[in-house]
Amino acid sequence: MSTPTLDKNSAALDAAEDGASHLINVTFRIRRFNPEISEDASWEDFQLEIDPKERVLDALHKIKWDQDGSLTFRRSCAHGICGSDAMRINGRNRLACKTLIKDINPEKPITVEAIKGLTVLKDLVVDMEPFFQAYRDVMPFLITTGNEPTRERRQSAEDRERFDDTTKCILCAACTSSCPVFWNDGQYFGPAAIVNAHRFIFDSRDEGGEQRLEILNDKDGVWRCRTTFNCTDACPRGIEVTKAIQEVKRALITRRF
Amino acid sequence: MKIHKYDTVIVGAGGAGMRAAIESTKRSRTAVLTKLYPTRSHTGAAQGGMAAALANVEEDNWEWHTFDTIKGGDYLVDQDAAEILAKEAIDSVLDLEKMGLPFNRTPDGTIDQRRFGGHSRNHGEAPVRRSCYASDRTGHMILQTLYQNCVKEGVEFFNEFYVLDLLLQDVDGVKKSAGVVAYELATGEIHVFQAKAIIFASGGTGKFFKVTSNAHTLTGDGQAAAYRRGLPLEDMEFFQFHPTGIWRMGILLTEGARGEGGILRNKDGERFMEKYAPVMKDLASRDVVSRSIYTEIREGRGCGPEGDHVYLDLTHLPPEQLDAKLPDITEFARTYLGIEPYTDPIPIQPTAHYAMGGIPTNVEGEVLADNTTVVPGLYAAGEVACVSVHGANRLGTNSLLDINVFGRRAGIAAAEYSADADFVELPEDPAQQVVDQVERLRNSTGTERVTEIRKELQECMDANVMVFRTEQTIKTAVEKIGELRERYRNVSIQDKGKRFNTDLLEAIELGNLLDLAEVMAVSALARKESRGGHYREDYPNRDDVNFMRHTMAYREVGADGTESIRLDYKPVVQTRYQPMERKY
Repeated sequence: MSTPTLDKNSAALDAAEDGASHLINVTFRIRRFNPEISEDASWEDFQLEIDPKERVLDALHKIKWDQDGSLTFRRSCAHGICGSDAMRINGRNRLACKTLIKDINPEKPITVEAIKGLTVLKDLVVDMEPFFQAYRDVMPFLITTGNEPTRERRQSAEDRERFDDTTKCILCAACTSSCPVFWNDGQYFGPAAIVNAHRFIFDSRDEGGEQRLEILNDKDGVWRCRTTFNCTDACPRGIEVTKAIQEVKRALITRRF
Repeated sequence: MKIHKYDTVIVGAGGAGMRAAIESTKRSRTAVLTKLYPTRSHTGAAQGGMAAALANVEEDNWEWHTFDTIKGGDYLVDQDAAEILAKEAIDSVLDLEKMGLPFNRTPDGTIDQRRFGGHSRNHGEAPVRRSCYASDRTGHMILQTLYQNCVKEGVEFFNEFYVLDLLLQDVDGVKKSAGVVAYELATGEIHVFQAKAIIFASGGTGKFFKVTSNAHTLTGDGQAAAYRRGLPLEDMEFFQFHPTGIWRMGILLTEGARGEGGILRNKDGERFMEKYAPVMKDLASRDVVSRSIYTEIREGRGCGPEGDHVYLDLTHLPPEQLDAKLPDITEFARTYLGIEPYTDPIPIQPTAHYAMGGIPTNVEGEVLADNTTVVPGLYAAGEVACVSVHGANRLGTNSLLDINVFGRRAGIAAAEYSADADFVELPEDPAQQVVDQVERLRNSTGTERVTEIRKELQECMDANVMVFRTEQTIKTAVEKIGELRERYRNVSIQDKGKRFNTDLLEAIELGNLLDLAEVMAVSALARKESRGGHYREDYPNRDDVNFMRHTMAYREVGADGTESIRLDYKPVVQTRYQPMERKY
């Protein structure tokens, strides 16, 4: 077999392989809250030297590990798949582990605060229970009737593709906590729950679509959506959240899905 | 302190824990304790697929799968367990599909399958398409599907409850499990869970390495709790280094990328795996590929200014194929490296990925107190356990399989046990050890810091007990870990509060990592041979005469309180496969 020499003239590859780190000074302005110490939240500035190719999560770790061990946030996988570290960075919901410092204007102080609409428990940690309750309320599991087949249920590649986008959800709450309707009224199911209902409503194997649509027809259901697209902008998985909500609305009207 | 009583308690809510919970909740009153939220577990990071000889796209059968698993594990696999794994794989995949898992489909609408490292047709003839997959987020879909079914079954979760201790009691001369002690992260409160049956499913321990695909939270908590209570740890020297981690970051890029046709190249553009594995090439087993990469790097054929990595080349694959089959990993390259995989190769290096060893169990998931004695009421499944189906090296796609097959088995066995068993009485002051540990850390005024000790541990492990090991490097590691363990006694934390004290959490996690790192290094020092993921440059050959046996490491505490590790060995279960030289 031939052994082609790789084209090494790529600027992107050169930049990626530049082993030297170029440290810059960055200010992180973090919204602190710890009711063990004070009932009031306040902003606190931290200065650090960091390579701008690093993640915001790396910066938070550097602060926690080198400056203030009490800084509190959730994180686990550190590459955008576990959904632990959604936070509001420079006023926009993002995952700290998928946001590189160079991409968010490190010339100015970078603000980091907890996601909105859920009760802050300490620093960047919020109470996730209302979020997961809304998720559980839409019956997020396959509903079928009749006898189970011996082998797998058949599904065409086309039918599988129909709901592919909404299977990507990692339940990070970036969408729901970016939604102005959810901020004003915590009773609204919120985009993430609707995304997860969509994932089953449009799955050709599922027979629970009518039940889920009735749940979402509720006064706190899909009709509260004002199509602001904040959720779509916030989704770290690139799910077209608003489109999914619109498809659920349409299914409610046409009863076809 | 609060006391809770459940028939069955499951520690960990990743794939193994939730698969167990679905079974045990149907049969017994079950609580699942996790230090995260269930959907945050690292099962979600698995990408490429789950092996099962469905034969949907080409001829295949579970016997070939059994053979590949045993050969992949360099014959340290218990063959009875491997047979169960391969046989039950088929129903395991079909069960997940029926639970709703959105697998990719063939044109006929059946589950699609693709190639993966070490999986072959007819005992090594050629690669076979055995991996059932959902794009390159199979683990994510398994985790979501299992959580969805836990919601459906009404599984009771205690989220952000960190289990710190296992309570064992002597009942008429038999060591039995009585419960676990957990620290509630939100409040700092200590909880004792008394249970008839306990399943550990708390995952791996990769965070003692620096370059790793593992989550920050994979700190061997279950292994450490069992070990400190005198239970053995099996085969801890065997750790898998996945060939394709993102250079320096360690983020996993699935072997499915090579299954789809991706090629590893050195700085000359050479497809170097042809030299090392003429038949399977880039799809040889992971230990073989990782060693080959480091051999290229050591011999000066590595890429980049420092020659410290190689390339994963996907540029010859059509963009549509990358978008459809590998969307997540191509996005990782874009996000973290700024590289476009359509046109540029991706810089990669081996990354610490998976612990083959762990808490020894039999095929029912029952934990062993020695080579043969079961601890009644105690179970383990998934990466925390060692059945051993992975032997000295796990095949790709066999871990998503392991958690489903043995998670299910442990869930059923534990619930059936608790249906007939009585509660074991709790010891007096059941939480005393945990209270002491937490208070000591919270009140310590010591001068050592968690971050510094952890950094030194990770650098030591990367330098000395990674892909290549020698007596000298392992001894260096043992000595360094001993020094770090001493320093750890003098560690202090800044956050003295009770509410969400993650400073305290990280200090406890570090203690676990230090204990397990020592077990790994000491076990590796004694194994004077090369087998699977354990490669000794001073003993480059497999030695079946002296080392065809599992390592069993026990913590011993002397009369004066000094700790040491005692090594014992356990025979490998062989059924129909005689050890052969391993070639790919």
